Amino acid sequence: MAIFDDKVRKQIGDILTKLGDRVNLLYFTQEMECGICKDIHEFLNEFASLSDRIGLTTFDFVKDRDKAEHYKIDKIPAILLLDKNDNDTGIRFFGLPGGYEINSFIQGLMEVSGVKEPLSQGAAEMIKKIDRDVHIQVFISLTCPYCPAAVSAAHRIALENPRVRADMVDAGVFPQLAVKYNVSSVPKTIINEKIEIIGAEPIEKLIETAAKA
Amino acid sequence: MEFKLNIGAPDTEDRVLRMDAGVLYDVIIVGGGPAALTAAVYCMRKGVSTGLITMDFGGQLSDTSTVENYMGYSYITGVDLANKFKEQVRQFEIAIADGKKAVAIEDGTEKVVRLDDGSAFRARSLIITTGKSSRKLGVPGEIELTGRGVAYCAICDAPLFAGKRVVVVGGGNSGIESAIDLAKIAEHVTVVQFLPELTADRVLVDAFEAFTNTTTLYEHEVMEIVGTQTVESVKIRNRVTGDVSTHEVQGIFIEIGLDPNTASVKGLLKLNEFGEIEVDCACRTNRPGIFAAGDVTSVPFKQIIIAAGEGAKAALSACEYILRES
Repeated sequence: MAIFDDKVRKQIGDILTKLGDRVNLLYFTQEMECGICKDIHEFLNEFASLSDRIGLTTFDFVKDRDKAEHYKIDKIPAILLLDKNDNDTGIRFFGLPGGYEINSFIQGLMEVSGVKEPLSQGAAEMIKKIDRDVHIQVFISLTCPYCPAAVSAAHRIALENPRVRADMVDAGVFPQLAVKYNVSSVPKTIINEKIEIIGAEPIEKLIETAAKA
Repeated sequence: MEFKLNIGAPDTEDRVLRMDAGVLYDVIIVGGGPAALTAAVYCMRKGVSTGLITMDFGGQLSDTSTVENYMGYSYITGVDLANKFKEQVRQFEIAIADGKKAVAIEDGTEKVVRLDDGSAFRARSLIITTGKSSRKLGVPGEIELTGRGVAYCAICDAPLFAGKRVVVVGGGNSGIESAIDLAKIAEHVTVVQFLPELTADRVLVDAFEAFTNTTTLYEHEVMEIVGTQTVESVKIRNRVTGDVSTHEVQGIFIEIGLDPNTASVKGLLKLNEFGEIEVDCACRTNRPGIFAAGDVTSVPFKQIIIAAGEGAKAALSACEYILRES
């Protein structure tokens, strides 16, 4: 079954012609794939086929334990974005970037490829100043129109500073995490396990909060 | 599987013209919905120098799942239509300040728009198209528990209430649409309606009444939302008998309509009894050179096509004003 219909495939294909450098996707799944893991696998295969500048490597969460540890992957399904030199950008998607999240997925790819809107000078400087490990988790649902903005802001910070890791987490795919972090509305952002932000904030405010975490 | 694609390739720096605090614009448009974007296109076509200050491109349109019978489209998704509007605006070299909120507007020989980041922009005329946003209940517990069980976006948050008990406040179209979304997955849905009947369209009421896990409380109102970390219960009053009952629920969705976003113009522009900016048939407010359009105004019927049409009219009125004043 094709994941994209013709119209969406064409739209995505058109946007991907603007892709700059190569982007390498890593996908962590397992041999006996869960339902959503299988869907994501198909999604990624089809997505990667839309541009010759997108690479896709699949790892087995169990068998490739060392890889999972190297990238600090503690759950699957997980998608990671690596740049053309296979450097980890810190950008992760836990769940299928469908629904509204297709937008944050494409934006993430574009930005990793070097095609990105410039940050304001203040924002760029504030991100550079973050000198501790920061882990941002953005909980979303695929039917939430406000969520991609929150995800993209977190991902952008990760891209600009190697000390920052930023995850999109589909609350529907990881209900136990939604319970753990008390997620009852999305987007909800958790920074370093302790700070919570409810709703989508402009990137400047997110950086400010992350810098204090 | 559905993909709600609304992204284009990122704008590179040379294409985006940032608004400049040193420039006196002919027109500054405040807002980003159909009225604002249509006004922007009309101003640029007229060749007046124009700035657009917007929190988010698309406005309420971006949160609308589907749009039916906008002329030219029998059916289109809200994001697709918003995207088309945005692309149409971006054909022009319009100055933009986006992701910014206007907090105060001042009238004088020059009009000044002050933003939440401390910056300010100047213009000879203004078009206010700030739209509407979800109305709050205004009861104890609502603000404290927002995002902790108090929700305003059923399409966003319904999946998080699977198997739980929830209250939906409001019996209009948005309330009943939310109740339907929730009834599909929640254990039980209680609709609290102020009036003696539901005011939603018949098709929605019929769909809602097909569920067996719902209760509708007519002529009731929410008094308080109770909970420490998250919502634990809701106190609901019977408006006929005055009795207050406590309902143990994990969530409450508030769908009681919209309030006009007029905080930045309070005290400056004349508002009607609904808090909407009063405009005449040429989109003029009580202040010369300040125009308004779309859902934030007193114009009846809040429709995308009406907001767009009003935006065009406001732009033409503003251009005419500039010509006459110079």
